Amino acid sequence: MKTGHAVAVYLVKILVKLLLVLLAVSIICFVLISVSPVDPIRMYVGEVGMRNIQPETLAKLESYFGLDTPLTIRYFNWLSDFVRGDMGTSLIYRQPVIDVIGVRFVNSFALMLTAWLFSGILGFFLGVIAGIRRGRLTDKLVKGYSLLLASTPTFWLALVMLMVFAVWLKWFPIGLSVPIGVDASKVTIFDTLHHLFLPALTLSVIGVANIALHTREKMIDVMAEDYVLYAKARGKSTFSILRHHGIRNVILPAITLQFASIGEIFGGSVLVEQVFSYPGLGQAAVNAGLSGDSPLLLGIAVISAALVFSGNFIANALYGIIDPRIRRGLKND
Amino acid sequence: MSQKELLKVENLSVSFTGYERGFRQIDLQVIENLNVTVKKGEMVAVVGASGSGKSLLAHTLLGILPPNSTACGNIYFEGELLNAQKINQLRGKEIAFVPQSVTYLDPLKKVGSQVRKDKKVIESYRKQQELFSFYDLPAKTDNLYPFELSGGMARRVFLSAAMMETPKLIVADEPTPGLHLEAAKNSLKHFREFADKGGGVLLITHDIELALEVSDRIAVFYAGTTVEEAFASDFQSENLLRHPYTKALWRALPQNGFAPTPGVQPYVKDKPQGCVYAPRCSVYSSKCNSKIPMQTIRNGSVLCACAK
Repeated sequence: MKTGHAVAVYLVKILVKLLLVLLAVSIICFVLISVSPVDPIRMYVGEVGMRNIQPETLAKLESYFGLDTPLTIRYFNWLSDFVRGDMGTSLIYRQPVIDVIGVRFVNSFALMLTAWLFSGILGFFLGVIAGIRRGRLTDKLVKGYSLLLASTPTFWLALVMLMVFAVWLKWFPIGLSVPIGVDASKVTIFDTLHHLFLPALTLSVIGVANIALHTREKMIDVMAEDYVLYAKARGKSTFSILRHHGIRNVILPAITLQFASIGEIFGGSVLVEQVFSYPGLGQAAVNAGLSGDSPLLLGIAVISAALVFSGNFIANALYGIIDPRIRRGLKND
Repeated sequence: MSQKELLKVENLSVSFTGYERGFRQIDLQVIENLNVTVKKGEMVAVVGASGSGKSLLAHTLLGILPPNSTACGNIYFEGELLNAQKINQLRGKEIAFVPQSVTYLDPLKKVGSQVRKDKKVIESYRKQQELFSFYDLPAKTDNLYPFELSGGMARRVFLSAAMMETPKLIVADEPTPGLHLEAAKNSLKHFREFADKGGGVLLITHDIELALEVSDRIAVFYAGTTVEEAFASDFQSENLLRHPYTKALWRALPQNGFAPTPGVQPYVKDKPQGCVYAPRCSVYSSKCNSKIPMQTIRNGSVLCACAK
């Protein structure tokens, strides 16, 4: 079998898995939301309204929201609309869910991408350095920093950042993604970055710890491998060993970790967005959950599952492409 | 010291620092008073059970002992006393290492570039191709990854890698396990050829039969100490051997009766005061409990109070 063909088959297999996972996630979320106290009618008419509501009005509303149809029929209705790109209308924003997610996603994406790249690259280098300088001062500093931050709650760090840099030093705004009271057309890219900085920094600083610790462990393992001993025994310098063997063998697990960490970054962003009142996907998810906005909640759940799974998918796919044992192994199957 | 001596290891000791029950720091002396000599044109086999310190000897010679270990004693290379810096300069050039398994190759790099040590000069390519064809490796081996090599191929790749820089001494650590007899003999034949051209080979193995076929001399290790250095020809008869442990090894060979000796090699921490072999020795006497001097008998050396 040709290598290209084998890799294509491999990729298609993972893609099918992605679709199955998304289907399963949507079913579970749909059922969970249906049995949970999240009630679109209560949300729609409010607590006081619910107490005074006429039974016929209630029945009308139930049929309007489709609550009188069985769960399975409702799910298939939702699914067929979803496939056509219609995720329903958000009850709190009074806009199509897809538009709400679209706007929010762009905001969150900027935040998460910055944090993801920064924590990935910095974490990798810190980890590699700590790993080869094991037991020395550099290692102790990196390890100390990482352990401290890994045990710091995200929301707490976000609050500290907010207090120090926004309230006391007044270097950065205290929240939101654009200045208050400025016309949307007058918002500059500088304003956007200015508002993005603190949330992105908080998210990155937390992410670095995890990546650095994992990379350090892996680097220590690699430096103790037989092939590193052999390279040393053949008179190679530490730098040459690192360049030709070390980085190469650490980068594969690092890539997997980096793409798998998308889930963690996403989870962290929910908290950070909440503290900084940053209008992203995470904040929208919290709002949707608290206000019983089931279409939006469902939409966000499926989209974020897709995002996290795509991360894992890319990691797997890259493994198959980069690692010669898998690549050539596929060919020989 | 004779001019012909290529390598002389004198009273080598290696100890490890470890922790007992988590807190108490202890020193484990794994190798003690180890002696071995390799002359030019000679192939010396180091034999002994697992844990007798064979591989540690190789790692000491190449300066690749783990960080928590300390080595003492004198190592001479061509008459010159070595230290860590000198070993760093010699390894890979004058002293080549042939490791035991394919795990000593980086799994993510093609074999060719590893043999060339990532050098991208024409001479390296030419030398590597010459060596591959000399050792009957197909030309495509260059482009294979380590997991695609057979055991025998890996051995020949290591040999090619060792020969890239025309070494004077080859230290081979268990180069034969996992090979069928024919391939193992073939692999050792290459070491023999290297020695016949004037190089020195230190062959570390637990396969005495194979070692006897190709080596000039045999150094027998037991519990981190050299108990005997004998000529391969001494193994023709039990009476020519000097140490009771070597004799026991001889009797354990299939053609000599396949006789086992009860007991096991002592663990580092429970080593006896005097002779390390005393607890298992058939000719044990009270004088074995004091310090035993190394003596020379019939041109071979032996660490035994009652050897004849």
